[in-house]
Amino acid sequence: MHLIVVGLSHKTAPVEIREKLAVPESRLGEALGRLCTYPGIKEGVLLSTCNRVEVYSVVDDVEAGYRRIQQFLADTHLSLSSEQLTPHLYWHTGDRAIAHLFRVAASLDSMIIGESQILGQLKDAFEVALGNKTTGVIMNKVIKKAISVAKRVRTETKIAETAVSVSYAAVELAKKIFSNLNEKSVLLVGAGEMAKLAARHLITQGVQHVRITTRTPQHAIDLAAKFGGTPVPFEQFKNEMASADIVLVSTGAAHCIIGAGDVERAVEKRGNRPMFLIDISVPRNIDPAVRYVDNAFLFDIDDLTQRVEQNRAERLQEAEKAERMVVEEVGVMIEWMKALEVTPTIVALRNRANDIKRMEVDKALGRLGHLSPQDKELVENLAASIINKLIHRTMVTLKSEINSSNGLAFVEAARRFFHLDQSLSHEPESGRENDRPAYLDPISSDFEDEEQESPLHKRGR
Amino acid sequence: MAAVCFMITMALYFVATMSFLAYLLRRSEALSKVSLGITAGGFLVHTLALAAQMAGTGSPAQPSFYEALSFFSWMIIFVFLVVEFRHRIHVLGSFMVPLALVSLVSAAALPETVPTLQPVFKTLWLHVTLSMLGTVGFAVAFVAGGMYLIQDRLLKSKRFNVLYSKLPALDFLDHLNQQSIVLGFPMLTLGIVTGAISAEFTQGSYVSWNPEQTGALITWLFYFGVLVGRLTVGWRAKRAAYLTVLGFACVILTLVGVFLKDRGVLS
Repeated sequence: MHLIVVGLSHKTAPVEIREKLAVPESRLGEALGRLCTYPGIKEGVLLSTCNRVEVYSVVDDVEAGYRRIQQFLADTHLSLSSEQLTPHLYWHTGDRAIAHLFRVAASLDSMIIGESQILGQLKDAFEVALGNKTTGVIMNKVIKKAISVAKRVRTETKIAETAVSVSYAAVELAKKIFSNLNEKSVLLVGAGEMAKLAARHLITQGVQHVRITTRTPQHAIDLAAKFGGTPVPFEQFKNEMASADIVLVSTGAAHCIIGAGDVERAVEKRGNRPMFLIDISVPRNIDPAVRYVDNAFLFDIDDLTQRVEQNRAERLQEAEKAERMVVEEVGVMIEWMKALEVTPTIVALRNRANDIKRMEVDKALGRLGHLSPQDKELVENLAASIINKLIHRTMVTLKSEINSSNGLAFVEAARRFFHLDQSLSHEPESGRENDRPAYLDPISSDFEDEEQESPLHKRGR
Repeated sequence: MAAVCFMITMALYFVATMSFLAYLLRRSEALSKVSLGITAGGFLVHTLALAAQMAGTGSPAQPSFYEALSFFSWMIIFVFLVVEFRHRIHVLGSFMVPLALVSLVSAAALPETVPTLQPVFKTLWLHVTLSMLGTVGFAVAFVAGGMYLIQDRLLKSKRFNVLYSKLPALDFLDHLNQQSIVLGFPMLTLGIVTGAISAEFTQGSYVSWNPEQTGALITWLFYFGVLVGRLTVGWRAKRAAYLTVLGFACVILTLVGVFLKDRGVLS
């Protein structure tokens, strides 16, 4: 049993490729069903977002699994061949696959590090897989762990604490001027997308009074209905400014529509209560001279962008902490997976020993018909004791060595020594940068070679 | 006992000050907890020291300048701990703990003085306590004003540094400024009234225009103006912050006046 991931993301593939592979939510179930019809694929989860398409799977054989999932991805879009995908894909198995999943869930692999959407998307993908019964013991455990790792990263680092979007940076700044946004009022001038987004953020943060003005009166009325605010005639908005704590400006005007004098009058009318002005329009709609007005705080698009850049740099620092957490958690997960492999081996070993004992005892007792029941029991106990003593050390060693670096080799050896016929195939962990499948390597790139190898693997199992 | 406790207090406040100043420049939440712990420890020892001193001298009827300053720094820490407990604004400690340390150190650095006035009226301690409570209010207003001006400057110049991220919202600082003056002002008023009454008993006149009384009256008038201006013509936010920082200069001058009077240089 191996956990593998094959996929591509914004880091490896252009949008032209990603959009072709993306699986809409409505067709996820069908796609998962198709994935699990491929031979050797035991469990599967398909994560498809606008930035990544990844297939997590539990397979019997890593190489064959890689190949089949690549084929599966190519099959999702008619105009793509498997070879075309190769340069954009990444393949991981074992601890690398787990680490990749954890990093994706914790948003360390995202375009905007620390964004929270990906965790929801992963949860959704998992839900769909659960609904289609394409997950099993390993996948359930690994994905649940990934979700908990992501939560740990969120709570223990500041990775998601600061604003990394311009509209949210406005909210963050507002909070440095007003400690409580609840009883503050917002005046939205114009209907630029970013300003609307900022207004929405402010409303979710508790702002209750929203007034909206646009050059087209009907537009303001529509927007007001949408935001639960009140429309204000455009000609009068300057009179309304004094009662607004936050003024969000984003119109298409090619000149300043709010001058320093307007702001000065508004601040005076407010009894010098601080006023927060955000100008998200280009060209600017608020006279830059407003920054010389006391108790008026003006920020334009560049100021907000600067704040965002700074926060991104901070997030990168926090991401380093998160990476260490991921390494730690991957260790925990690997431990669990190894234990999962040693248990069936021990069970098989015990069964095999019991079978031999049963066979030999029966053979011997058949010839020793004259023995009393007590003596028969004695013979049986003798056989049991010899068998148990013989395999005891092996079992103890297996359990203790499984956590060492060559634990898997011990499992393999035990299986061979005792002819536990269905031997597990373990390739030695190679030091390859990407867990690139061997069939793509120059030496074994011959497709026919691979085809011949597959039955061998199957017979081995 | 009291002397040893004061030494320990001073050492703890010193360490807390250093740690709070380091907190100002570093992104470490653990540091604020450590600083807070040390400050709280210092406060407990300080309380012990004050209690021991009271028990030692028997009657606090004639508090010395040293005791008054020590009480002042105790109150500053007390107010800080209360505000910290309610609002969790650690950065306040970076401003208030140093203030408490400075006042405690200057108390210790000043030569030990005996009050030159021998009040027959037993309310001198009341006068000192009330005046000091008023001073504490103005000191907190000074700290809030200072923090306001820093944050205002950072916002205006768009320097989003560590300090920016730690300082609380402007309106909180303005509110703290207002509250501490609103509470401090009546205390000072009562302090001046009790002072005048005891002066009448000891010197036969309510006002003798010595530096202490002159300073106190100027301070009182100043803060009266600040308070009235805020309530009537909107002297809030930046102007209030400037005024309270300036006002604290009056307070310091008055304290110097008290010290000079205590030493009997001027009377």
